[in-house]
Amino acid sequence: MDNQRRKFLGTMGAITAGTLLAGNHFAFAADKSPIKIGVLHSLSGTMAISESALKDVVLMTVEQINASGGVMGRMIEPVVVDPASNWPLFAEKARQLLTKDKVAVVFGCWTSVSRKSVLPVFEELNGLLFYPVQYEGEELSQNVFYTGAAPNQQAIPAVEYLMSKDGGGAKRFFLLGTDYVYPRTTNKILRAFLKSKGVKETDIAEVYTPFGHSDYQTIVANIKKFAGGGKTTVISTINGDSNVPFYKELGNQGLKATDVPVMAFSVAEQELAGMDTKPLVGHLAAWNYFESVKSPVNTTFVKMWKDYVKKKGLKDFPVTDDPMEATYVGIHMWKQAVEKAHSDAVDKVRIAMAGQTFKAPSGFTLEMDKTNHHLHKPVMIGEIRGDGQFNVVWKTPTTIRAQPWSPYIAGNEGKQKL
Amino acid sequence: MLPAGIRSRGIHSESLSMTRSAIYLCCVLLALLSWPAHAALDASQLSKLAADDNDAKVAVVKYLTSHPSPEAQAVLNAMTDDALYQDHGRLLIVRDDKAIDAATLQPLGPVPDSAESIIVNNRLRGAVEGALSAFRLFSKDIATRLTAARNVKQDPRPEQLPLIQQALAKETNKEIREDLLLAQASIQISSPDEAERLAAVKILGATNNLEVRTKLAAMLIQNNGQYNEASPVVRAAAQQALKSIDLRISLARAAASLFSGLSLGSVLLLAALGLAITYGVMGVINMAHGELLMVGAYATYFVQSWFKTHFPQYFDWYVLAALPVAFLAAAGVGMLMERLVIRKLYGRPLETLLATWGISLVLIQLARVSFGAQNVDVANPSWLSGGIEIIQDVVLPWNRIIILGFSMAVLIFMSFLLSRTRLGLFMRAVTQNRAMAGALGVPTGRVDTLAFGLGAGIAGLGGVALSQISNVGPDMGQGYIVDSFMVVVLGGVGQIAGTVYAALGLGIVNKLLESWSGAVIAKIVVLVFIILFIQKRPQGLFALKGRSVD
Repeated sequence: MDNQRRKFLGTMGAITAGTLLAGNHFAFAADKSPIKIGVLHSLSGTMAISESALKDVVLMTVEQINASGGVMGRMIEPVVVDPASNWPLFAEKARQLLTKDKVAVVFGCWTSVSRKSVLPVFEELNGLLFYPVQYEGEELSQNVFYTGAAPNQQAIPAVEYLMSKDGGGAKRFFLLGTDYVYPRTTNKILRAFLKSKGVKETDIAEVYTPFGHSDYQTIVANIKKFAGGGKTTVISTINGDSNVPFYKELGNQGLKATDVPVMAFSVAEQELAGMDTKPLVGHLAAWNYFESVKSPVNTTFVKMWKDYVKKKGLKDFPVTDDPMEATYVGIHMWKQAVEKAHSDAVDKVRIAMAGQTFKAPSGFTLEMDKTNHHLHKPVMIGEIRGDGQFNVVWKTPTTIRAQPWSPYIAGNEGKQKL
Repeated sequence: MLPAGIRSRGIHSESLSMTRSAIYLCCVLLALLSWPAHAALDASQLSKLAADDNDAKVAVVKYLTSHPSPEAQAVLNAMTDDALYQDHGRLLIVRDDKAIDAATLQPLGPVPDSAESIIVNNRLRGAVEGALSAFRLFSKDIATRLTAARNVKQDPRPEQLPLIQQALAKETNKEIREDLLLAQASIQISSPDEAERLAAVKILGATNNLEVRTKLAAMLIQNNGQYNEASPVVRAAAQQALKSIDLRISLARAAASLFSGLSLGSVLLLAALGLAITYGVMGVINMAHGELLMVGAYATYFVQSWFKTHFPQYFDWYVLAALPVAFLAAAGVGMLMERLVIRKLYGRPLETLLATWGISLVLIQLARVSFGAQNVDVANPSWLSGGIEIIQDVVLPWNRIIILGFSMAVLIFMSFLLSRTRLGLFMRAVTQNRAMAGALGVPTGRVDTLAFGLGAGIAGLGGVALSQISNVGPDMGQGYIVDSFMVVVLGGVGQIAGTVYAALGLGIVNKLLESWSGAVIAKIVVLVFIILFIQKRPQGLFALKGRSVD
């Protein structure tokens, strides 16, 4: 019954797409109506610290594209909504963007729980989502393009670095995260990875805090206690504004990076912008881009952002960071795909996305994988400097293909080709 | 062995890390003048710093540690300040956009465009800091020497041993000597000489360094029937040392976890005290209580910004100025609420609940519109940053200590107001029997307004404290409303004393649970506990005795 219905819907979809397509071909030269795109980032609530800037990156990139003639001669018209760090609201807003505003594509989400919340909506309505943040993998949707890192493009290399001589030769690992799907899955992968490297169960601690947690006294004290047993490193998957009290507590309790380095997966230049980074010098972050990267493309990108910020008076966001870069790359790749497909229809764009390349600010040419909807990205490890920027202390020589299904999770063996 | 100049240099080097490069240049010149003839640094050694190989870089730092000179110190200082550059293999120190040759400290003029910054990673930074601390042991300033000795004690490195021994030979200050002896022992614990090891282990009973403890414990481990430490005498001493270290550490840890419980309790108390008046004494279910905290926190932010632009030199004291401002702002909002809305709804708790919830939404949106949806940055003044170390690795942060004291001060202020002033007397009279108080000439309407204003104002004071330890944003109040009601209900409605016990008790229980089961479970367990407790004892910990209110 269900199967038949699905088939029927599929056929209907194909017919509709076909008609639309034919229509598009006829109207191609004449259609100058703007293409709507959705922007689905929290502008308030606990995630606003991270997500607000992404909205402005979308608006900036759209302005840039429109100024150079738009997409196939059509202007892009962004539709901005605020899901307010409220996961069910993400789904509602996504539905509104797809059905009421009829956007061609949505750029949005930060936390995995928000992505999981909108995923059924995008799959049901055959929408297209560009997701710009590093995440835990274990997902592959026809309706999503992942422009952030998969675990093997961030978490695993970061831990390998920490275990190396230059990273301090860590023997014990304190996994600290916010309590939701991304930190839990990442830590599951890391635990399996660490075990495969011969790290004992007793040398791994795993601790979670609720969203918006602000009292890190006990946890920092426990980290110190744990560190008594050997060279320790903290792997932080804390998300949102909890990072501020966490790093404040680290500073107040005098836990220095030379003793116990903290490697963060969700702290970038933007999160550090409001903090006093003097006590944090030397703590680490792993990303695929840092503002301090020296490349001509990055110089232009950073300058464009600074000019935009100045023009719009956005004094809260003076810096660029990895998810912003991923957003920027995503929009440009989508534009290239639309131009290649001569259409903004989701099914056409999806096919055209495969193998798209773009010269990214990270100094590498990124490629959208032909099959798995993830970008090939370089991995970089940065240490926090006194001025809130990062020193890149390690990076991969080339880009790395994403493994959305981590080989360190049982049951993923058959999915390695993806 | 050690050139005389290093002693006169240390004091300069300490100020250097903090001050401008003008002073720095003076230092270099002074040092050059006071330094006897010495060889410049080996440029071929230095040039290894320009390479990408961190092993080589660490070797250079070791070389610099063993060749103390102003140049060596200048290079190390530059590395900590990210001011070391290389230009085609030649090392430059960049100060004020001027380049100085690192090997000779000769000025070279403007920085060449091709100069690249030398990246100092954690591993290297640790080595550099170790070297600098060792150098600073020869400072003329006692405080500098003491800090240096502390650092050396905390992170002893084998290459520091000669410098530590030289410092010990000259040092007269007892405290510094103790630290240095510990540092020396921490290094000599791995010495091949049994007598040296024994002496080291005997001293190390006084150490708080956990890494050293690990080394001591390792001595007692058997490997293939062989102890890691061959000598039974040394083993016995190690056993003894371990015992005394463990005792001290467990005492300090217990003190620290009690403290963090009290500190969380004091935060809960500050959040709930205002509610203890508005809900506890007056019986108004005020769902906008959290937003009154937010008003206080934003008032702090406002005062901070004002100080930044008008009195940057007194910036450290803005928090004190923020106290009355926050109190008045929140009290004003509270009195307005009472006059315009709550007054009309006395005796109708459900409507009050809904109306105040509505007000809370309005206040949140107001904050969002006027200050933005983003959290605002409220900086800790310097006296609220850092902490005191009761033993190594157990630090009590200043902001927590001061907030603990502050909550007690607010409590005293409030109980004084309630029990010793005319307003307090009226408030108690009105809540106990409104009609009778009115008949005796108490202006009940005005007393209600003032009482509500007082509760709101105290919430504002709580907001000032919260702004120092957590994020300030439009939604911040939402997180505290549940906690506040929890505390007041648990403590017993109408009882200030109950609120205090409930807040501190919840804080300590929460922290004990947290260290045992993690933050998420702790929160759940506490909630479940309170639900069960209220089932059993609806009146809370302390119930009002005698005739019930109203």
